[in-house]
Amino acid sequence: MSVLQLTKENFGEAKNSEKTVLLDFYADWCGPCRMVSPLVDEIANENPQYLVCKINVDAEPELAGAFEVMSIPTLVVMKNGQIVNKSTGARPKTQILAMLED
Amino acid sequence: MEKVYDVLILGGGPAGYTAALYASRAGLDTILLEKMSAGGQMTLTGDIDNYPGFDEGVDGFTLGMKMQAGAERFGAKTEYAEVIGVDFSKQNKRVVTTNGEYLSKTVIIATGANPRELGIDGEAELTGNGVHYCAHCDGRFYKDKTVAVVGGGNSAVADALYLSRLVKKVYLIHRRDTLRATKIYHEPLMKCDNVEFVWDSVVKEFITDGKLKGVKVQNLKTQDLSEILCEGVFISIGRKPVTEFLKDEIELDSNRYIVADETTKTNIAGVFAAGDIRTKALRQVVTAASDGAQAAHYAEEYLSKL
Repeated sequence: MSVLQLTKENFGEAKNSEKTVLLDFYADWCGPCRMVSPLVDEIANENPQYLVCKINVDAEPELAGAFEVMSIPTLVVMKNGQIVNKSTGARPKTQILAMLED
Repeated sequence: MEKVYDVLILGGGPAGYTAALYASRAGLDTILLEKMSAGGQMTLTGDIDNYPGFDEGVDGFTLGMKMQAGAERFGAKTEYAEVIGVDFSKQNKRVVTTNGEYLSKTVIIATGANPRELGIDGEAELTGNGVHYCAHCDGRFYKDKTVAVVGGGNSAVADALYLSRLVKKVYLIHRRDTLRATKIYHEPLMKCDNVEFVWDSVVKEFITDGKLKGVKVQNLKTQDLSEILCEGVFISIGRKPVTEFLKDEIELDSNRYIVADETTKTNIAGVFAAGDIRTKALRQVVTAASDGAQAAHYAEEYLSKL
């Protein structure tokens, strides 16, 4: 599946999803975010059971604020609209998958 | 039969990809293992102004990608895997990763370093939310707020300068009474009227109520304790080498860097250490790249004598 670019307008699609949701908070100028971004794309393509979303913190400061994002990249796993896992900093794909499987 | 590479490189920063470029261009069967994505520590900085050939500067992520593409142009392969352990006891060296095992006649270790932590209570819990190691990544979340930078070297001073343009006030907390940073940083920093120096001081505690409220610092000359109120702390007190996976397979110095001189040769024949991972005086992108070339050269020499 492709990655869903989230804004505050379409955030409901992630919040109300029946799938486990991965949120990648990023900015274009952040090196570690650019390292994580292709890994998140791969996870989306290889795992249709997850809804994988990206949120640009510059464009969506309200969403970043609502998730108390103070560091990027921040990865959040959400189930039924609830945060079940959150981590900051770039990390290998295996660790991101492990966050989703927890 | 298991595949045996000529050259196996651990780590995809400037040392690793320069080694990969030189080794593959020399016609050696070369593979590079990277746990995440090219660039290494370069990706934590904004523009790099002191890597030659980029007269306008270059951002670390782009430079990393270019180095990877340059090596792959000559046939070097990249696989994404994290190294768990090594066995250098036989002529064919074995590397165990999250993605299976690899055998190679030579190994170039270029796993680099990570930011060093302060090592005080609460640091892990506050990381990413009050405590930060990448000013370039996280500085913008502190717009118009007060922050502290800990350290006095080039990275710390560059961080303080960068943050001073975004935030209301920066405290620069340093354990000595002069900066270790090179002179080019001093004047712009002294000109910043929102940077306050806290000399001869170390951070003893984080003050929190769930969120970071400030830090408790101790003056090393007077032993006096004081509190600095700030919403974010950016730690830039040096690096720690990524050598845990080596266990006792190779000689390390007391700070856990691999003992090797300019030839990058370690105490084990056929194993080389390039870049920040090696004992050396100047850890820069350009010296890491230089090490990569040296390592590939001596790996080729070693292979020619097998």
